[in-house]
Amino acid sequence: MAGLFEEIPGGGAAVALDGVEISILRSLAVQLLELVGPGEQPAAGEDPLAALFAEGPSEAPADPALARLFPDAYGDPQAGPGEEDERRVRADSAEFRRFTENDLRTRKREDALAVVRSLDALAATGEDGVVLKLTGDECRRWLGTLNDLRLTIGTRLEVTDEDEDGELYRLPDSDPRKPMVMAYLWLGALQESLVETLMP
Amino acid sequence: MGRVSTAPAEIERPETTENTSAVPEPDVPWVTLVHNDPVNLMSYVAYVFQTYFGYSKDKAHKLMLDVHHKGRAVVSSGSREEMERDVQAMHGYGLWATLTQDRG
Repeated sequence: MAGLFEEIPGGGAAVALDGVEISILRSLAVQLLELVGPGEQPAAGEDPLAALFAEGPSEAPADPALARLFPDAYGDPQAGPGEEDERRVRADSAEFRRFTENDLRTRKREDALAVVRSLDALAATGEDGVVLKLTGDECRRWLGTLNDLRLTIGTRLEVTDEDEDGELYRLPDSDPRKPMVMAYLWLGALQESLVETLMP
Repeated sequence: MGRVSTAPAEIERPETTENTSAVPEPDVPWVTLVHNDPVNLMSYVAYVFQTYFGYSKDKAHKLMLDVHHKGRAVVSSGSREEMERDVQAMHGYGLWATLTQDRG
């Protein structure tokens, strides 16, 4: 697991991946697609144009990882009880969500799909140990998906600031969370190296 | 985005101090807050501030450190409509952002 992104002179980034890494990344991206969900699709026989005008949900997702991917736009997380007009904050968040969440879900899905496609194109070469080359646009999609994956896994693992050198990173091999922590750290290293290639 | 702004960005305001006690005050600016979270990489947060807001490397880095150490930072200010756009963009990048009316 040593491959990191490097800048391609003239634009884009490249990373060496082996077969196992490709299949882990693909599996994670597909799981993210399933988590984010298909969004509102027009039912059979329904006007597909109607979907364009469909309103999104007004309630925050119950799943903590989804709630992190699609947070409330209003409300002070540090406010004490009674410091805010809670009814108003809830109503404003609900309205914002109705107009934005579907678009956001679509974008996250498109990014994850782009990741799956670039991995499939790579796997189709049939070689083990290949170099993935991304265009500038693909880099930004990968960056988004790597971040979404880390937010999702981080929420599942209940990562906190205190974990920086804490027990989560010194789990015994027998701990069922160990593979997920390894994936989380690897994705972090990939994302960090990709950010570096994109820094203006 | 479907929201009709309740106050035009530029409003001709007569020079009078009367009848200004109505709430909510339309001329009080709104701000976008980015909150600290334990997952987002510091370099990524700084990248987002540079890329989306066009802030200098130094300013983006300082704002990122504010988020990290103080728990949150004001990253932009303006009309409510503008701040909703910024918050939506921050959510697109996976940053935890909210908007609020700046009460000083």
